[in-house]
Amino acid sequence: MTETPPLLEMRGIVKAFPGVQALRRVNLRVRSGEVLVLLGENGAGKSTLMKVLGGSQHADEGEILIEGRATRFNSPHDARRAGVAVIYQEFNLVPALTAVENIFLGQEQTRAGFVAQKQERRRAAELFARLGAKFDPDTPCRRLTTAQQQLVEIAKALAFEARILVMDEPSAALTAHEVAHLFELIRDLKRHGLGIIYISHRLDEVFTIADRVSILRDGQNVDDRSIHQITRQEMIEQMVGRELNDEFPARTVKPGAPRLEVSGLRRGRAVRDVSFAVRRGEILALTGLVGAGRTETVRLIFGADPREAGEIRLDGKLLAIRSPQEAIAAGMGLLTEDRKLQGLVLGHSVRENFALPNLTELSRHGFVQLGRERADFARYIDLLKIKVPHQEQRAGNLSGGNQQKVVLAKWLARNCEVLFFDEPTRGIDVGAKYEIYQLMNDLAAAGKAIVMISSELPEVLGMADRILVLHEGQITGEIRDVRRATQEQIMELAVA
Amino acid sequence: MKNPLPRFLADYGMMLVLFLLCGFFSVVTHSEQSPTGEAAAKQVATAIQKQFGTQARVLIAASDQPDDAAFVGKTERDLLASGAQVLAVVKGEPKAAREALQKIAASGGTLDAIACTQVTGAWLVFSDLKVDFPTLGEPRIIVPQRYRWPNFLKRENLLNIANQIAVIAIVAIGMTMVIVTGGIDLSVGSLLALSAVLAARFIRDFAGGLDASPAGMFLACLAAILLCGCVGAFSGAMITRFSIPPFIVTLAMMLVGSGLAYLLAKGQSIYQIPDSFVWLGRGADLFNLPNAVVLMVVLYALAHVLMSRMKQGRYLYAVGGNREAARLSGVPVQRVLMFAYVASALLAGLGGVIMASQLKSGSATYGNMYELYVIAAVVVGGTSLSGGEGKMLGTLTGAFTIAVIQNGMNLTNVESYTQKVVLGLVILGAVLLDQSRQRQ
Repeated sequence: MTETPPLLEMRGIVKAFPGVQALRRVNLRVRSGEVLVLLGENGAGKSTLMKVLGGSQHADEGEILIEGRATRFNSPHDARRAGVAVIYQEFNLVPALTAVENIFLGQEQTRAGFVAQKQERRRAAELFARLGAKFDPDTPCRRLTTAQQQLVEIAKALAFEARILVMDEPSAALTAHEVAHLFELIRDLKRHGLGIIYISHRLDEVFTIADRVSILRDGQNVDDRSIHQITRQEMIEQMVGRELNDEFPARTVKPGAPRLEVSGLRRGRAVRDVSFAVRRGEILALTGLVGAGRTETVRLIFGADPREAGEIRLDGKLLAIRSPQEAIAAGMGLLTEDRKLQGLVLGHSVRENFALPNLTELSRHGFVQLGRERADFARYIDLLKIKVPHQEQRAGNLSGGNQQKVVLAKWLARNCEVLFFDEPTRGIDVGAKYEIYQLMNDLAAAGKAIVMISSELPEVLGMADRILVLHEGQITGEIRDVRRATQEQIMELAVA
Repeated sequence: MKNPLPRFLADYGMMLVLFLLCGFFSVVTHSEQSPTGEAAAKQVATAIQKQFGTQARVLIAASDQPDDAAFVGKTERDLLASGAQVLAVVKGEPKAAREALQKIAASGGTLDAIACTQVTGAWLVFSDLKVDFPTLGEPRIIVPQRYRWPNFLKRENLLNIANQIAVIAIVAIGMTMVIVTGGIDLSVGSLLALSAVLAARFIRDFAGGLDASPAGMFLACLAAILLCGCVGAFSGAMITRFSIPPFIVTLAMMLVGSGLAYLLAKGQSIYQIPDSFVWLGRGADLFNLPNAVVLMVVLYALAHVLMSRMKQGRYLYAVGGNREAARLSGVPVQRVLMFAYVASALLAGLGGVIMASQLKSGSATYGNMYELYVIAAVVVGGTSLSGGEGKMLGTLTGAFTIAVIQNGMNLTNVESYTQKVVLGLVILGAVLLDQSRQRQ
């Protein structure tokens, strides 16, 4: 036992992206017949680590050993040949192809250049039997349920005799019954000697399935223990353990009467019966893990997605919002999570971006009044200290902080009554962060209602007057006394 | 603000290419020119005045070509105005000239000069006047001076280029709007045919056919253009309401439009149209500029203002630049897309009416493959097919680039199959050039 090298060992993995050190010397070991649960907050580096393992990203430093032999993964294909299968949250299936075709995609069984369909079917049937899958393997994948698609992914992994199976939040979209089946399957794979890396935010199931737990925080290993030697409380502490060293401007505003009230918001599985109110001068934080339905909730209020049910009131008046246009007309503004994809037209000038939601006010008889447009924007450049060489600068050429300020400027110019800030400081340097916090405070002081979505728990605790925690599309908790709240308390609600 | 010149080049770099092409064809087609028509007349009349004073006795000799009629008229007017005597005017064959000379000789008159065109000046009958008609004195043959000038740069040729490209350029205005939104409109060629057939049929069936009044023709054309607009609205609705890709929708409408045009024309061309209908396509009222060209210039001016100065233009660019960001900024994305497709269809309809007017008939064969030339004009003009970028004046430049290349090759006798090959390569080269310049 002492001298058998582990099935998989990752040593000193380093990976940096522009502006972010995603992984700093991360180690990871998985033995044959073991389920390792990988835990960590949003952005802790789990996904990046698994991408390195799956061969879709290259580590800057570090090595990967399979049964003690160093290997190099230059592509997903290399990883596959070494016996590593990664099942991402977003499945890698071609929707139009059948289950059988997907299983053998890239590893077709051929005879004289022709696909040996009979042989493939037989093999697929064997795999299906082993996995307990009870659907027709000739069904196109787009017609399968999530659980069935997951089985196809696992069958695919088994078809090329993977020995290391990575599953990224496999239970997130499954029903309780399906999860139970999945766990049975994992135990069976374990018995066959596979090493399994399981990523999950559901701490309860961690105790059901894990043999060992490895915790990452800010791209570093912080803990690695047998499941029998760790408590739920310890896990949470290790995950959040970040210190509250960010600076936040003092909050002085006393919230007043409710401004925005939403009740019974609903859309599919993403948002399930969400109700809350935001008051005058209040900063309300919506937090939770990625995929908890925070952004989706705000998009429903803003009319960006159609809602299945729910009422929206502003200052007591019922609003029938069906499009962002109507939400904006009602006095709302949305700073999107992804500035590049949703917030800015990157190829256009910052001036044009600034003017976009304000064109009706800036034009007369359909003609844009260029003079007024320039003057207005110049005012906000001064006010927000936006660093641009000139107003014709392409928005795509700005730093994250300045891009965010341009987006802010375009909503400030509209004088919005309700502002949604979705991850307002993501990818922004410390100095600009502080300025944006200051602005949020000023807006609140001016009587606006602010809804902030953030995954940064220190930011949530530092800025919010009240915190709502979401989990799987539902509000799982409200924290009114933010001063005495802790990151652990939030995380406890977020992992439910 | 930065230096305006590089910015201008970045926006309108294709103009430079166009000028270079014009330069190239000017050099290649540089050749000896003989003035004709009124220009020739003016020269000849002035020369006669200078040499023989105000009492000159002149014979005017010209062929019966239309150009020569203008020559004769102008020469006679100028000479009479200067006090000269025009003894006879010959229009036609050398035989007529001989008879005229005999008549003058018989009446005992003398002759100072014979005003000729390049062609008539070389007639044999004038070659040995001293021997043939000794009594006439020693009349001098006055012909217009030859000079060297590129065929390409002749006024008629330049106007010809503009007139040839007017239809494509006008349709390209709408196409630019559509492509700026990130879409494409393949139906314009078919709509052009449909509009031409509709206009011709309306004139024939409802406006009185050959006796149609201008108001009747105007209404017929307007109805045809508006019906095309309806087809555009239908495409727009399919694209916005049902999220069908523009390529598919307009491909379908291309087939539908063409089919309808053939059905309505019953496979023939409709020519029961009054002569006055050609006013739009062939007339030239303003400074002798063809009306279609004037219309094109006016439309481009309006479109340029729309795209660069108006809210609607900003919205078009924003929707093409980042549709989701535009939507979340409150841009009425569906209405903007609708506008683009309706505008494109209306302009295709207008193009069809102009073409019907140029050819004085309506036929379903018009506009075949025009969608591709129109798209080529837009792309050569620097508009990005992925949307969000492009200039209206760039499209005009692109249309002219294509027209100049075609015209230049015609002038240099490149045969038409080779022309296609060259045109294709030039389109590719133009876009390549544009992209490498933008990357800098």
